[in-house]
Amino acid sequence: MTDTADVAIIGAGVVGTAIARTLAGYRLDCVLLDAATDVGTGTSKANTAILHTGFDARPGSLEARLLRRGSELLWSYAAAAGIPVERTGALLVAWTPEQAAALPSIAANARRNGYGAVRPVSAAELYAREPWLGPGAVAGLEVPDEGIICPWTTPLAFATEAVGAGVRLLLGAAVTGVSAHADGRHELATARGPVRCRWVVNAAGLGSDVIDRMFGGGGFTIRPRRGELVVFDKLARPLLRSILLPVPTARTKGVLVAPTVYGNVLLGPTADDVRDRCDRGTTGPGLRSLLEAGRRILPRLAEEEVTSCYAGLRAATEHPDYVISADGRRRYACAAGIRSTGISASLAIAEHVVSLLAAAGLPLRPRRDRPAPPEMPYIGEEGLRPYRDAKRIAADPAYGRIVCHCERVTLGEIRDAMAGPLPPADLGGLRRRTRVMNGRCQGFYCAATVSRLFASSGRAGPGT
Amino acid sequence: MKAGEDMHVDVLVVGAGPAGLSAAAELRRLGVRSVLVADREPEPGGIPRHSLHTGYGLRDRRRLLTGPAYAGALAGAAAAAGAQLCPGATVTALAGTVATMTSPGGIESVRASAVLLATGCRERPRPARLVPGDRPPGVMTTGELQQRVYLGGQRLPGRAVVVGAEHVSFSAAMTLAHAGARVVALVTEHERQQSYAAFRLGAALRWRVPVWTSTAIHRVVGRQRLSGVEVADVRTGSVRFVPCDTVVFTGDWIPDHELARAAGLAMDPGTRGPSVDTTLRTSAAGVFAAGNLVHAAETADVAALSGRHAARHIAAALGGAPGSRRLPMRAEPPLRWISPNAIAVGAVPPAPPLGRFVLRSREFRHLARLEVRQDGRPLFRSRPVRLIPNRPVRLGAAWLARVDPAGGPVRVVIGGRLAR
Repeated sequence: MTDTADVAIIGAGVVGTAIARTLAGYRLDCVLLDAATDVGTGTSKANTAILHTGFDARPGSLEARLLRRGSELLWSYAAAAGIPVERTGALLVAWTPEQAAALPSIAANARRNGYGAVRPVSAAELYAREPWLGPGAVAGLEVPDEGIICPWTTPLAFATEAVGAGVRLLLGAAVTGVSAHADGRHELATARGPVRCRWVVNAAGLGSDVIDRMFGGGGFTIRPRRGELVVFDKLARPLLRSILLPVPTARTKGVLVAPTVYGNVLLGPTADDVRDRCDRGTTGPGLRSLLEAGRRILPRLAEEEVTSCYAGLRAATEHPDYVISADGRRRYACAAGIRSTGISASLAIAEHVVSLLAAAGLPLRPRRDRPAPPEMPYIGEEGLRPYRDAKRIAADPAYGRIVCHCERVTLGEIRDAMAGPLPPADLGGLRRRTRVMNGRCQGFYCAATVSRLFASSGRAGPGT
Repeated sequence: MKAGEDMHVDVLVVGAGPAGLSAAAELRRLGVRSVLVADREPEPGGIPRHSLHTGYGLRDRRRLLTGPAYAGALAGAAAAAGAQLCPGATVTALAGTVATMTSPGGIESVRASAVLLATGCRERPRPARLVPGDRPPGVMTTGELQQRVYLGGQRLPGRAVVVGAEHVSFSAAMTLAHAGARVVALVTEHERQQSYAAFRLGAALRWRVPVWTSTAIHRVVGRQRLSGVEVADVRTGSVRFVPCDTVVFTGDWIPDHELARAAGLAMDPGTRGPSVDTTLRTSAAGVFAAGNLVHAAETADVAALSGRHAARHIAAALGGAPGSRRLPMRAEPPLRWISPNAIAVGAVPPAPPLGRFVLRSREFRHLARLEVRQDGRPLFRSRPVRLIPNRPVRLGAAWLARVDPAGGPVRVVIGGRLAR
């Protein structure tokens, strides 16, 4: 069956879902496509989950501008939609006199980016605020508005809002080619059949250069940069209050230690250029180098258990900035090269892409019934989880039946996720919606039960 | 009981496994009025519930049972003795002897005169062992495997690799065979396997499972589904690929100590459970700990007897017996840990559970003597014993009478080696 639409957005990561959500505010018929069976399964799902201020972006760059705007938008959107966020603040820690000497220029850089709240911090204050910080810190900078966010709920919220407003979500629909249809539309060949549309927005992340070439582009090539990360047990959470950042180099922001909204501690990422766009494997040398860095930054981490190790791929290109453009002649827009700042900038990227589309000739008539942010199931640790919510349990005892003990996920939450507007296609999707099986035992206690619950809800076979 | 009201009990037992259930039955037998056993799983019984093979109950019930039969017998005995079993209830916080509990019935505050933590232990999963590679399904622990196979009836056709070669590893191999898998090998970094001869020979003869020693899991391979593992020879570093459809990480136990740590109990760096003295008292007044939380992992019957031991001292404490001072105790390398790890001193020092201390060694030693010393003074020297990693080493307690209550910590060391 052929699907016809005004706009097809290719890629349901955090950028594609944000664009779909923004376009859903206009009288347009949109379809959101992804090769995977869920939203947010590429770069969006495996990253450091930091909500950046953009203080360290390159001044004057599009990234700097969109980060600043995007983070403001996302803080308020997260509050409205129930996306777990915490404004932990960050401390940039200099470990050598050379690094300390670079701090004033980093502060000046932040001010050029329109962010004036950075503040120099003495070594004594660093240790007063972070008593478990390893020895040898020389000086630091405080970035009070850096925060942490749930990278799974964010694209799910955008997609839920878009779908609620009528956007069709077509999953398992890898785009394999494009042709010009007789009616003047693009015809996308997908794994789920042809999709005919007037406009195409390419937000395909790691595959965005392949899509771009289908539309006669070729101005950039994705060069995946793998980042390995180590997640420590929740018992390590009291070891730090803020995000602990290293002094960045030209190549990477370096290895950081950060709390997560799930109450864990995250260490990473590494930065390795890889050829294979699907290689999300961790490596022995990568994990060893992270643990070594972790021991220096927060020595007590070495005594805590590791809950999870994973790797993500940043969709870097040969360009230092985002690659965002729209072309009215081809009725095509592209948002690529978003690297590691996609979540923070997503809403501003969407705004920017939509304004470019309008300038390129896409007619935008605002809907009178503009969609509102959805109310997402809260899976953070800081707020009130169902298992601690007496009223909720009294109203529905399923919220008092804890199935996943490590993450304290209840039967009620699993049931809700399976019955939600965007139900998971596999166990991995259920994990991202509820945190189930993500804890210290990695399924020793609950995996068998959760698998049965998933299977009995009539969905497809289990994955991770 | 309405939500929001406080519940008062004499003893709250957290965990309805062999230790917790045995303790509850014993507490009631000793005349303790109200004993509440909370367990977060929907059924009482703990780990034996999903361990279908026989071998349970030898030391505590004097007969051999399958895991589920044993779990049922213990739960039945505790209930018959008058303990209140409360499955499906998670103790989420403990402050002193006041617990916060979530269940489908709501959130309750349980005020107890004494608390026994019997939360057991689990196996370290793959990420905690820092095994790199892809993250496909098909990689699990024995705990997950047994629940999938015995409680869920899942079949696991294809080839399987078992990581570890201790007691539980052979148990995992049996479960895999039961589920239709062909076990390619048991893989251990140690130079020898560490299970009991009878068990090992049985497995070797019946299923012809080879044990690859001095071998480490190097990498997990397979993106959508598991295709195999790379194994490395720890002596030469050479790596080879072994195709398989399931990998089971066995053993490498860690106590489920989260509640104990969150409650602020002093922890033992060796066992990683709460530090307990010979009466199984923790560092906090009125809080005791027993079972595999304090020695991960002993067999279920040993855990059960540990629970009974704690029950006797809890009953005594409730009856007004004063708590005694504790003298720290530590096992020195190559010994990994000792449990209990403190000595309750007194005119007649109480013996540890089963009248002995239990230890683990990091290394193989053919014949070694355990020596107990205090302030450089030898208290005891054992007969030569064999040390095998992951296998219990026992140390009698007759020397406790010679401990100087005013002296320094008691150390257990490996004395002169007779032979290797």
